[in-house]
Amino acid sequence: MQWLARRYVTILHNHVGPARENSRIFDHETPSREGKALTAPSVELTHVTLRVGARDVLKDVSFAIRPGEFIGVLGPNGSGKTTLMRAILGLLAPREGQLRVFGRPPQRGDFSIGYLPQVRTVLPDLRVRGLDFIASSLHGEHWGLPRLSRADHIMIDETLALVGARELARRPLAEMSGGERQRLLLAQTLIGRPQLLLLDEPLISLDARHQEVAIDVVGRVCRERGTTVLFSAHELNQLIGTLDRVLYLGNGQAVLGTVEEVITTPVLSRLFGIPIHVVRADGHIFVMARGRDVEHVDHQHDHGHGHAHHH
Amino acid sequence: MSITNTITGMDMRIITDMFAYDFMNNAFAAAGIVAVVSGIVGYFLVMRAQTFAGHALSHIGFAGATGAGLLGLAPLWGLVGFTLAAGIVMGLLGERISNRDVAIGVVLALALGFGLLFLHYYTAFATQATALLFGNVLAVDRATIATLAGLSLVTLAALAAIMRPLIFASLQPELAEAKGVPLRFVSTAFLAIVALAVSECAQIVGVLLVFTLMVGPPAAAQRLTTGVWSGLAVAAGLALAEAWLGLTLAFYSDWPVSFCIAILSAAGYFAALAVPLRGARPAGAGMLENAS
Repeated sequence: MQWLARRYVTILHNHVGPARENSRIFDHETPSREGKALTAPSVELTHVTLRVGARDVLKDVSFAIRPGEFIGVLGPNGSGKTTLMRAILGLLAPREGQLRVFGRPPQRGDFSIGYLPQVRTVLPDLRVRGLDFIASSLHGEHWGLPRLSRADHIMIDETLALVGARELARRPLAEMSGGERQRLLLAQTLIGRPQLLLLDEPLISLDARHQEVAIDVVGRVCRERGTTVLFSAHELNQLIGTLDRVLYLGNGQAVLGTVEEVITTPVLSRLFGIPIHVVRADGHIFVMARGRDVEHVDHQHDHGHGHAHHH
Repeated sequence: MSITNTITGMDMRIITDMFAYDFMNNAFAAAGIVAVVSGIVGYFLVMRAQTFAGHALSHIGFAGATGAGLLGLAPLWGLVGFTLAAGIVMGLLGERISNRDVAIGVVLALALGFGLLFLHYYTAFATQATALLFGNVLAVDRATIATLAGLSLVTLAALAAIMRPLIFASLQPELAEAKGVPLRFVSTAFLAIVALAVSECAQIVGVLLVFTLMVGPPAAAQRLTTGVWSGLAVAAGLALAEAWLGLTLAFYSDWPVSFCIAILSAAGYFAALAVPLRGARPAGAGMLENAS
């Protein structure tokens, strides 16, 4: 534990700059990881309102995510998980309030952020191999001809090996299943050692075994590299062993805290806007509304679409 | 084109016969330059699934070329001007609109209609209509070759300048946007590049047959290769081979050049389809994997 803390401090000094006294909005402070609270939060929202079209998806939301935290982002469809990530990426300016990423206003094209979008355009007949697909994202915003250095190739290879997707480098995209494509994209997100990972529904179209692998890999990256992770999902239970805190969105609001603090009948009833019943059984947590499991009702939409293209 | 119908064998003498004619030399040079550009630009057109937009641009070019004839200008510049303007407008409208089949189809038909109108008022130009629609590479002179070479250099230079973000934006638009790639600018610049390539290609095979060089070879190349660079090389190589073989075939058969290139293009594509896929997985493997 001490080793881990020391490692964190080193990483933070290297990447985030000098520690900054942090003042407020650590609601549901968890004291277990002391030292983190002294540095600038990875993501900090102060009375932020995010509007998409004519709808305030998040209204007057405040929370702070500490460096190195694994945050499970949950909430019903349309509760603002994707919108929040887009705002952190600098693709959507807050209508009100202040949003800070590593103490700075969000900036489009921030290299310290790795992003796995939920909507992933896949051209159905594309026979480009996995390697070229991933390589396109490396310095893809530079002008001129695409070229990769040896170091880039080694980095890609190492990252593919990390998620067990090495064999996908040579396979054409059109021949991959949805799950294989997903693994490739997850690997791509980790290239370049970002300090913040925004993973929007990374488990969609993965089978149970690869879901475990994906969670495990991201958890390891979070612990070993001190990467902050926002991991949105439909199912809480799979993440319980890995996540530090939960960010639950719903009804325009957001609550950040430990599972014990957030996954409770009063908090979730407020977020869903309907009476919610939280059932704990055998280490699992079931969130029920009118006798039905809320997470599984949502989750069913995403099952059995392994080969479908998520537009 | 009815130079000879008396060919009995394909010995060297006959081959040199072909190059004894200036118009054949010119045709080989022009077709070679244009084929390489068409294959390379077409590769991205196929990758981005925007072939229909490319087709529309060529039809708009027809209106431009006939309009230029009406004004007493060279058809090539009418073609370049109209397709370039149309490509930029389509890019600025955004991919969601420019990729919409119905909208493109309507504009395409409108452009052909205008082309007909311009022909109607400039009847002396009517003899050129066939050349515009189906190409007339055997009539290409040295000045045109120089113009085509210049246009090709501009086209390839522009493509080289945006190639990296273009590939990124084509393969992963959502991520490219997040990483700061200006999607709208890249797609607009690309359609302008396509417009130039279409104008050049129309000089060889005509506006109706630009697909023979811009889609046939790249589509076959996509089927045969999995790397971007190898795909580009095969697309350019196939387009060049089909253009030159088409010219040769036309010379000895008395068939129109564009027809010969068209059948070679189709033959190349279908032959590529027949090639078994590398690393193809047994049927159903993907389903099993996702069943759990």
